[in-house]
Amino acid sequence: MARDSNPEGFVVFDHVQKSYDGEILVVKDLNLSIAKGEFLTMLGPSGSGKSTCLMMLAGFETATHGNILLGGTPINNIPPHKRGIGMVFQNYALFPHMTVGENLSFPLEVRKMGKSEREAKVKRALDMVQMGDFAGRRPAQLSGGQQQRIALARALVFDAELVLMDEPLGALDKQLREHMQYEIKHLHESLGITVVYVTHDQSEALTMSDRVAVFDDGIIQQLSTPDDLYERPQNAFVAQFIGENNKLLGVVKSVKGDTATVQLDNGATTEALAVNCGDVGNRTTLSIRPERVNIGGRKTKMSVEGEVKELIYLGDHIRCRMDVHGNEDFIVKVPNSAGHTHLKEGEKTMLSWSKEDCRALDA
Amino acid sequence: MTDATTNDDGIVRAADGTPLKKRLGQALFRSRLRAFGLVTPLLLMIVMAFLLPVVIFLKQAIYNPTFESNMANVSPVLAQWDAVSEPTEDMYAALVADLVQARKDKTIGKVATRVNRELSGTRSLFTKSARKAKKLEAPYKEALEDISKKWVDIETWKAMKIASKSWTPAYLASAVDMKYNADGSFERKAEERRIHLKLFVRTMEISIIVTVMGLLLGYPVAYLLSTLPARTSNLLLILVLLPFWTSLLVRTTAWIAVLQGQGVLNDLFVVFGLATDEDRFSLIYNKTGTLISMTHILLPFMILPLYSVMKTIPPSYVRAAKSMGATNWTAFWRVYFPQSIPGIGAGGILVFILAISFYITPALVGGEDGTMISNFIDFHMRRSLNWSLAAAMGAVLLVIVLFLYYLYDRIVGIDNMKLG
Amino acid sequence: MKIKTLLLGAAAGALCASAATAADSLTVVSWGGAYTKSQVEAYHKPYTASTGTNIVSEDYNGGLAEIKSQVEAGNVTWDLVDVELSDAVRGCDEGLLEPIDPSILPAGADGTAAADDFLPGTLHECAVANIVWSTIFAYDSSKIENGPTTIADFFDTAKYPGKRGLRKGPKANLELALAADGVAAGDIYEMLGTAEGVDRAFAKLDTIKGDTVWWEAGAQPPQLLADGEVAMTTAYNGRIFNAVASENKPFEIVWDSQVYDLDLWVIPKGAPNKDKAMDFLAFSTATEQLAAQASWISYGPARKSSAPLVGSFHNKPDLAMGPQMPTAPENFTTALQNDYEFWADNADELNERFNTWLAQ
Repeated sequence: MARDSNPEGFVVFDHVQKSYDGEILVVKDLNLSIAKGEFLTMLGPSGSGKSTCLMMLAGFETATHGNILLGGTPINNIPPHKRGIGMVFQNYALFPHMTVGENLSFPLEVRKMGKSEREAKVKRALDMVQMGDFAGRRPAQLSGGQQQRIALARALVFDAELVLMDEPLGALDKQLREHMQYEIKHLHESLGITVVYVTHDQSEALTMSDRVAVFDDGIIQQLSTPDDLYERPQNAFVAQFIGENNKLLGVVKSVKGDTATVQLDNGATTEALAVNCGDVGNRTTLSIRPERVNIGGRKTKMSVEGEVKELIYLGDHIRCRMDVHGNEDFIVKVPNSAGHTHLKEGEKTMLSWSKEDCRALDA
Repeated sequence: MTDATTNDDGIVRAADGTPLKKRLGQALFRSRLRAFGLVTPLLLMIVMAFLLPVVIFLKQAIYNPTFESNMANVSPVLAQWDAVSEPTEDMYAALVADLVQARKDKTIGKVATRVNRELSGTRSLFTKSARKAKKLEAPYKEALEDISKKWVDIETWKAMKIASKSWTPAYLASAVDMKYNADGSFERKAEERRIHLKLFVRTMEISIIVTVMGLLLGYPVAYLLSTLPARTSNLLLILVLLPFWTSLLVRTTAWIAVLQGQGVLNDLFVVFGLATDEDRFSLIYNKTGTLISMTHILLPFMILPLYSVMKTIPPSYVRAAKSMGATNWTAFWRVYFPQSIPGIGAGGILVFILAISFYITPALVGGEDGTMISNFIDFHMRRSLNWSLAAAMGAVLLVIVLFLYYLYDRIVGIDNMKLG
Repeated sequence: MKIKTLLLGAAAGALCASAATAADSLTVVSWGGAYTKSQVEAYHKPYTASTGTNIVSEDYNGGLAEIKSQVEAGNVTWDLVDVELSDAVRGCDEGLLEPIDPSILPAGADGTAAADDFLPGTLHECAVANIVWSTIFAYDSSKIENGPTTIADFFDTAKYPGKRGLRKGPKANLELALAADGVAAGDIYEMLGTAEGVDRAFAKLDTIKGDTVWWEAGAQPPQLLADGEVAMTTAYNGRIFNAVASENKPFEIVWDSQVYDLDLWVIPKGAPNKDKAMDFLAFSTATEQLAAQASWISYGPARKSSAPLVGSFHNKPDLAMGPQMPTAPENFTTALQNDYEFWADNADELNERFNTWLAQ
């Protein structure tokens, strides 16, 4: 058995492939190891393969190739109800014909637990999500946020060590969603459970996770901590998908150490941090975060003139759309700090950034 | 911004001073009127083409003026008569006058038929006597007695008294194997004539079995349809619906070809040694035949509501149950099945109510023990021409259905039924 | 009642278009199959040839129900209907039928006046008989050697094992049961008039109830025999004859205790082409037409003058029709005429009793 990916992992995907039709792989050679107690998020656009991975882990889909291990044991042939994995579904999947208490009691009943023990556990789980008074209600009588809490409590009530969450907050409004993010995070920390969380919302992923696996096209594009993911994207997809990003396209002219000299499509030449740009002659995408661009200052080797196209006042900062190197959608965030530069539409100004903030990635 | 203001008198008023409630009423009235206008054509059609004929037909179950309207002289006399004392000469005179008139109007046959329903053998008595009535002379009692001794039999007069009541419970009583007497009492019919209760019970029995069989066969099919990808399930749905496009008669006769003694199924049984050539199974012209073909014919009515309800049950419920440790069976029984109950209710009621009034199929394949109450309603409509009894049996059937509907509502709840 | 008429009238309006086209045609309704074919060949075709009137032939299954609903709805579409005697009398009593003046009937071919030429009891106030038919029983001679000869054999399942076919209804069955139980033809209806007689008839039917296959339409008995579903069955004699003559089936008719009855023409009250229907009725019941019909089916003509003209089956010159008739002397010795008055009086009660008995 191949255990080369990570023998320490609590959950291990080992060269896993999945195809539905025998022609197209929706998951391509997935290797992933999740440590015990970790909060790992699978992030990606729809159709990227993240949900399929979750369903394979839960046992509702079978891997076409490769092994999935849970606590060192392959679980490919174990049916879902014997895996002991808690799960929270996108639309909560609370049983409408049962009360909240019966919903929570269900996993305990199928485990043949005694009545008093069941009641104690249900009460504890409900208290945990501050829903202690709602045991007698039906799911339809609850608000979306309350249903969400019940779904969470139901996944936790039978003391599963691993809990899977499939876009659990997708149906909530923004404020409630942010609030629930913290609650889930705190529950994770206090209970010490392992959570695998699937979402397409990058801010959610960054807020909650220990590590984030960014999926696209059936492949993990990058697996790292949230700050790494934002500040050190390894390829153009991740840079674009996580946070806001300015793109400049060009061709690599030379690479010296970690510095790449790039000729942009409008003819100008600039320097960037060589991350994933390949050899001389390759096309490359330069990635610069909007908040890392400095406005004003003197003309230097790294600076460039930009023309203000549009200004949007956003309170804490001003969003400035500029024409830079022929890219008319170049965004610069100007902090609304005391004595910041006041710009006008049509005005030309000098922009600059440090070499480390301009990452030369794949095209 | 207050368009509505509260005055001292506590009435909320609109900007122009009219009470707000009145204003709202006016606005709502217009929209209600428009809504009513939209449904009026359908409402009229239902009233004219459905409710009215049903009411008129059911009225025949308790109202039959044949005797009273054609025997104008003797009817009021019969109403006064106590059904115990000897008929008087006045009564005989009135009778003869009516017989003469009915003969002239050519209504004597109808009157005779009506009385004959109460007492067998009086039909020819009336038609025969009416032919001679014109020449009869007083005293009429003796004159009629000369024609037939039956005229001095008090039973004949009792039968006339029953028939002379236009509003009568006699037919409803007959529909439940009771006899309505001239003195207003009821008694059970002679045992060898009690047929209807037996048939009502059998009709219920067949309908219940067909419903249960339909559920057992239809549930897995509906489940399969609801879980398959849309393209495949649409194709299979067409197969389910295919029988709808075939005439009921064709489907029933197809079953005859399959099930009869020398039919396909029995031939297969013989080939596989399950039956001998001499001793083939009786699968048709009995209750078995009725059950098999009715179950098949009504199956789509079970599958469609089940399918449309199952289609709305997200697969995540069963997945959630399994993720919590439920086996396939527990997940189905505790989680999936309860949510499909509305479909079972709708399909069950639909199939049961259709089955209870089924008539062509049992007539063709039912034999003796597979015929149902509707076949007897048909018999009285078309053969014995006893429309009042047919109406009475229809009314009893209607009452039974309404009662079952009420029971269903009490036990399961009618809101708990949906067609999708 | 007015509203009902209104409703039915509305439905009738929809049919007016089709009724208008039938102005110079005649709608004649009969029992279908070989019987209707015999009428088409013997009556309809010659009539159309001589008058040019087109005849539309419709089938029905007997009974007064359709006539009654047409007359009561005031929307009569049938001009002439072939009915059984009991229905003819009852329909007349209830005013559903047009009276027929016997003087329109032509004299016999030998010059006998119509009133004397028709067999006794075949002319009625509202009906004119065309044929005499009979309920007999038949068996497949290729399957039973030394076949049954009496009605008692029909009820003897020990001597002749196998299923029996009977018409689903009390009519004719009760008469046959009593005849098989040894009651003389002349006493049967008197006995059926008593409770003991009815009990006795049902008791006799009880002896073969478990072996009985019930039929309803006249076309069924020859089919049941051909399929081997029954060893012997009651049937209308013409149907069995037709299976023998046209399809060469090895069926034998047993004439013992045959119950014969009449088929008559009636005209529903308010028939759209009443005068033409009268004309057709007179034409079809003439000596030659009745005799011609007898070459197509083995039902006896209602006129005495037709009997000598009855020849052979239409396409089998060596098959003489005379001996095939219910009225042939050798077939007629134990014959019983259906008593329409008895059945008019007792049909309701006996139907109820019969159905209860069946359901037991």
